[in-house]
Amino acid sequence: MEKKTLFDKVWDAHVVKSVSQGPDVFFIDKHFIHEVTSPVAFLNLEKRGIGVKYPERTIATPDHNVPTVAQDQTIKDKLSRMQVERLRENCKRYGIELHDLGSAHHGIVHVIGPELGVTQPGMTIVCGDSHTSTHGAFGAIAFGIGTSEVEMVLATQCIMQSKPKKMRISVDGELGNGVTSKDIILYIISKISAAGATGYFVEYAGSAIRNLSMEARMTICNMSIEMGARGGFIAPDETTYNYLKGKRYSPKGEAWDQAVEYWNSLQTDQGAVFDKEYTYDAADIEPMITYGTNPGMGIKVKGTIPSLDGMEGSNKKSYLKSLDYMGFQPGEAVKGKLVDYVFVGSCTNGRIEDIRSVAQFVKGRRKADNITAWIVPGSREVEKMAHEEGLVKILEEAGFELRQPGCSACLAMNDDKIPAGKYAVSTSNRNFEGRQGPGARTMLASPLTVAAVAVTGRITDPREVFNN
Amino acid sequence: MAYDKFTVLKSTAVPLPAENVDTDQIIPARFLKATEREGFGDNLFRDWRYDVEGNPKKDFVLNDPTYSGKILVAGKNFGSGSSREHAVWAIYDYGFRCVVSSFFADIFKNNCLNIGVLPVTVSPGFAEKLFDAIEANPSTEIEVNLPEQKIKLLATGESEPFDINEYKKDNMQNGFDDIDYLLNMSAEIDAFEASK
Repeated sequence: MEKKTLFDKVWDAHVVKSVSQGPDVFFIDKHFIHEVTSPVAFLNLEKRGIGVKYPERTIATPDHNVPTVAQDQTIKDKLSRMQVERLRENCKRYGIELHDLGSAHHGIVHVIGPELGVTQPGMTIVCGDSHTSTHGAFGAIAFGIGTSEVEMVLATQCIMQSKPKKMRISVDGELGNGVTSKDIILYIISKISAAGATGYFVEYAGSAIRNLSMEARMTICNMSIEMGARGGFIAPDETTYNYLKGKRYSPKGEAWDQAVEYWNSLQTDQGAVFDKEYTYDAADIEPMITYGTNPGMGIKVKGTIPSLDGMEGSNKKSYLKSLDYMGFQPGEAVKGKLVDYVFVGSCTNGRIEDIRSVAQFVKGRRKADNITAWIVPGSREVEKMAHEEGLVKILEEAGFELRQPGCSACLAMNDDKIPAGKYAVSTSNRNFEGRQGPGARTMLASPLTVAAVAVTGRITDPREVFNN
Repeated sequence: MAYDKFTVLKSTAVPLPAENVDTDQIIPARFLKATEREGFGDNLFRDWRYDVEGNPKKDFVLNDPTYSGKILVAGKNFGSGSSREHAVWAIYDYGFRCVVSSFFADIFKNNCLNIGVLPVTVSPGFAEKLFDAIEANPSTEIEVNLPEQKIKLLATGESEPFDINEYKKDNMQNGFDDIDYLLNMSAEIDAFEASK
């Protein structure tokens, strides 16, 4: 029998038709929408005089553009308000499930999908957002699409896609103390580069990946796009099933048993061939941080920024432009540098385990005076748990400001902006120029490293604070 | 929605050799608040193009009257990051119909093809030739021939073939989009959905 990868199995099961000399007509099981990339798609449906084909397959929430304070009041920013109102109107008109601001399951689209059990193994999931790859943690093919494709999914439940190549990235062995799944993915991207997986869909494998919780797996899959990959996923296992069992949209009773039986078949066959494979040793991974303006520019927190050796032409020019933006020099250490802001949140690290790890770390400590510390839960559910578990109290005593759920300072569409020239160590996913506000300087790291930075006020390896 | 047909484009080009230009640079998130597809060209490369007071930065290529045209020649890994189609809307709205690079990010490339901006992937060597030629003579013309799948530097006659699948090529040449195709498959999609 032909040996198939997990990717082949799930992809092939969703091809309605292969267009000769062209892409596949690819069926989408679940579609998430938010206020920023959907309005033009709905507008075009209207212009064409067509509706939404399977409204029950789409779920909506406003997240990108919402304020993280006073969510019970009318949104002040006129344009943001219009986008959110448009989303409400469109959901009402077409019968789409909406998790609105203030409702029990409002939150970042990639946080609430798993929380609700909408995300399940073997599914195809898209959203007009490149971090849709987060849902890959469940063994789903999930990826970001543009607004034209949002329109296609609304209108036909299909998109036209060419099948990407297949890459497997294995991480084996035990992670050291203070090393998290965020460090794994920052390490991988620093090895492969911000473009190294372009054209591929990644399967993450190996014992270090297997040993991760679902939330930690989501952090890894979330950042697949940051090395250019279309998406990345992890084969489902007991960890996946334990997470999903009892969730609102998870199958129940007999349907659950049948689902698990099917999900168990969602594994890459022994001997199946990938177009590219990388293997890493978990023991080589240490707390990571980025120093430049793309997520591939990462080093160990205790490491030094690469020198200019061997660089030339446009490569060197781009590198120097990036360091100039960050205010750093080639060859220097980052450890000990003063920081102005820390941000804990986003679809990468805005879940309850992230908030727990920060709270545990800062308990009984206080943030440094030079630090402004924001913590933004990924969803209402996360916020509720953080209150119930007493984490909010710990964080507030440590000087953190807790805000309401949303994408917030990850992309700074709302008022949560890092001022120009200031340094932010952030649990989010992108350190692009201006990503967290015009002129803002972002360094990406794990929640644990961010907690250490908050306490010391400087770039700090969390293991050193542990030891004290 | 339907867009201008693309067959043969002959134009001068604007060079942007920076590498890893992400879609946050092409259009920053704070300009994504519209509910209609209008006026995005004004904010194309906003933070590279204007200072905080909104004054044009003289050293940015879009503010340099030496360079103009319907072709943007970009550095490698162009369009990485966010899936925002607004980036391509901004490029189209500004007046570009073709982006040339030695390497495109995936989602960006798809978005281009979906709204009628032709992404042309060339070899790194040919990209260098284009940059050099434009630098030497900003009024040098480039011909992008979609039916023949060929890009040519008119001054020297040097050319290179480029790839595009037949389906997308046909769409671009006729100004069709994928929805036209998918709507015609409604019955097949229904049958597929019912089998799930």
